[in-house]
Amino acid sequence: MRVPSLVAALVAVPLVLASPVSAQAVDDSVTTFTLANGMKAIVIEDNRAEVVVHMVWYNVGAADEPPGKSGIAHFLEHLMFKGTDDLAPGEFSEVVAAQGGSDNAFTSDDYTGYFQRVASDRLELMMTMEADRMRDLVLDSEDMLTERNVVLEERAQRTDSDPGALFSEMRGAAQYLNHPYRIPIIGWKHEVEKLTLDDALDFYRTYYAPNNATLVVAGDVDPVEVQALAEKYYGPLEPTPGLGPRERPSEPPQLAPRRITFTDGRVSNPYVLRTYLAPERDAGDQTEAAALTLLAAVLGGSSATSIMGRTLEQDEGTALYTSAFYSGLKYDDTTFGLIVVPTPDRTLPEAEADMDRMIARILEDGVDPAQLARIKSQARAASIYDLDSLQGRARQFGAAVTSGLTVQDVLDWPDIIDGVTEDDILAAAKRVFDLNYSVTGYLTKPDPAEATQ
Amino acid sequence: MIRLICTLVAVLMPLKALAIEIQEVTSPGGITAWLVEEDSIPFTALDIRFSGGANEEPLNQRGVTYLMMGLLEEGSADLDSQGFAEAAETLAARMSFDANNDSVSVGISFLTENRDASIALLRDALTDPTFDQAAVERVRDQVLAGLAAAARDPQEIASKTFAGLSFPGHPYGMPLEGTPETVSGLTIADLRAAHARALTRDQVQVGVTGDITAEELGPLLDTLLGGLPATGDEPAPMVKTMLDGGVTVMDFPSPQSVVLFGQDGIAFEDPDYFAAFVLNHILGGSGFASRLMTEVREKRGLTYGIGTYLAPRDLTNQILGQFSSSNDKAAEAIEIVRTVWKEVSEGGVTQEQLDAAKTYLTGAYPLRFDGNSRIASILVGMQATGLPIDYIIDRNDKIDAVTLEDVRRVAARILKPEALHFVVVGQPEGLTTGSF
Repeated sequence: MRVPSLVAALVAVPLVLASPVSAQAVDDSVTTFTLANGMKAIVIEDNRAEVVVHMVWYNVGAADEPPGKSGIAHFLEHLMFKGTDDLAPGEFSEVVAAQGGSDNAFTSDDYTGYFQRVASDRLELMMTMEADRMRDLVLDSEDMLTERNVVLEERAQRTDSDPGALFSEMRGAAQYLNHPYRIPIIGWKHEVEKLTLDDALDFYRTYYAPNNATLVVAGDVDPVEVQALAEKYYGPLEPTPGLGPRERPSEPPQLAPRRITFTDGRVSNPYVLRTYLAPERDAGDQTEAAALTLLAAVLGGSSATSIMGRTLEQDEGTALYTSAFYSGLKYDDTTFGLIVVPTPDRTLPEAEADMDRMIARILEDGVDPAQLARIKSQARAASIYDLDSLQGRARQFGAAVTSGLTVQDVLDWPDIIDGVTEDDILAAAKRVFDLNYSVTGYLTKPDPAEATQ
Repeated sequence: MIRLICTLVAVLMPLKALAIEIQEVTSPGGITAWLVEEDSIPFTALDIRFSGGANEEPLNQRGVTYLMMGLLEEGSADLDSQGFAEAAETLAARMSFDANNDSVSVGISFLTENRDASIALLRDALTDPTFDQAAVERVRDQVLAGLAAAARDPQEIASKTFAGLSFPGHPYGMPLEGTPETVSGLTIADLRAAHARALTRDQVQVGVTGDITAEELGPLLDTLLGGLPATGDEPAPMVKTMLDGGVTVMDFPSPQSVVLFGQDGIAFEDPDYFAAFVLNHILGGSGFASRLMTEVREKRGLTYGIGTYLAPRDLTNQILGQFSSSNDKAAEAIEIVRTVWKEVSEGGVTQEQLDAAKTYLTGAYPLRFDGNSRIASILVGMQATGLPIDYIIDRNDKIDAVTLEDVRRVAARILKPEALHFVVVGQPEGLTTGSF
């Protein structure tokens, strides 16, 4: 049984392991083109309903921020709704709503995306407005200050009020010694409080440009018409000259395991969570990432049938919840993680020993062929089920191309997953489970004996 | 501005009619389902809802329905929990089991090639669950851990407090998951009784969308549900809210206060429901343009988000809202919510706001129908609220028919600033428990 409230309360890391495969090789429904100014486009046809999802993804995220300006990528995302030379503050969303549509935006380490979901005959209006705010943002300092308070409230709500999220920030900072993935996407509070209008505009003028953006249109559309509209609205926009390749500070060899303990009175079910630095999916080279994806599923994908779930939750009854998780969609090195939430009668060192025992078990005993076959059949089915969500498909392609992959990589992924062998999984496990590249974190509550002394 | 306004006028045309055909399918055994055939992707989504839910459980067994639903995938017929999970994985069938106060629900998505085997597996879970002692203890421990987490989660503390103040002595007033005391005392016999009470054919609604025909669906319904008992308990009586206007502060060490607020609402069957639905959208509905979002977030930056919603339930009705603010700002934000509530109740809605709300609500409606899973869930929801099968055809006409007079009348009728109660969990400055 999954207990959603428990899992949500305990695990503040993305558990992107449920769906090891994310797209099917449906080449006839996916087309691409590139505009003369460098803007790329992906069109996904789905004629089941007269709906379209229109997205623009920028190849810029929190990991591209200047030093000392943490949170500027996300803050700018908020400010993008504050008006242009043609649109008053808030008008963008009002126009979308007047069409019955919905709109929003999101920021990650590697990308920033904007989207609208509207009736398919409203696509042109969405392009008009999105093209307008790519180059013509107009910001007012009073709006900026109000919105900065909104972002600080967002941080207070999502991070400072949640011990699991604070723990996750500390762990992330310990995982990366040099790469900016060590900095939280929403930014450190003391830096967000000092972000200025100029910080936002400098970032905007550099990175918000057609040669740094990908258009994704999914739904009841004709790719030829989409291209004509894109040329009309996005085509005239000026690119940013001299935008170099995305190179962030990289990790040195990591020579020592790191350990952290985060103690907070709001914690009710302590847990141990370990992450290891791990390779991400690379264009044309996704085999290692596919093996790690399946390793996570074999080791800790299902509470009933994975090695950790079956042993610790079911047979031994020593854990309330276990999981292994890995997502290869990252521009630079990502992480492979494991979590054990022990039953209340167990200590965290015992839970950590259980975790180590499960890692040792897969390395010694290998992979059960029946389990691997079941995981692969679920992966194949996922590429059918995933076709049901327009927004999900659009996001898969957008996230992939802004994480350094190509459309072909996305289409190839199911076959690569299907071709992974037991040897691939074990070889990947041997490489990734190197403690020198890991952070082991305890999230715990104050000792009641100490508190009463 | 000119360029955009021109474009805008050009596209403000009516949306096309929804091209969705809903069929009513009655099985040879007499079970009814609503179906939308859609064969372009080789899978089907099937949603099942049983009215009644946790409202039917004894208060001293609070949580039994929730625990029972969590155990349906933990072994049935000749499979133990691991065997059941392996069978579901082999078929790549995706199942879900949920409990609510008003209902319990079951969902499955299955590949066309695995249709019969997937349905047989789900049938065993619904009609022949094992309630094996070891699985019961394991899942019970998970629920108890969830309750321990909820006891230190400001959001959960706020919900529990608000519900307890609203419905003392009623299931609505206690957490669905139960309390550590009630959950610890549940027996396997209690679980079997809850199962017999919650899953009966007379309370069932079924919605199906995907790669299946009406002819194929009929016999499948009998296979899946024919083995369940025919009748269950009588529906429980309606319950009145015991909430008064005021503030309840729950001390909690956090930089922010979580604020839940609400008052009596309006029944779905009420002739004024559509006007109230439009009114709620203007007051605190989705998007960035609502009155509360504008005043509390956009103008003052006091919160990341604020919203309200009508909560018509089977046995009661409320209008509820929520936001979080830093402890030094929560009191100001609450004052603004009260002011907006008062202005709107006193006729403060404008024609422009009404037009914008209607345009959004009518335009957004057809966009809900994309995807098999979404449509199956809508079909069940329509049946649960007693809507006719052709409802989607004139639903937008009902929204369009709402006038400014309607909205102002309903605002005066429903919104009672003096009756609005705020539960605040945090360490808000300048706020104490009491009435305004």
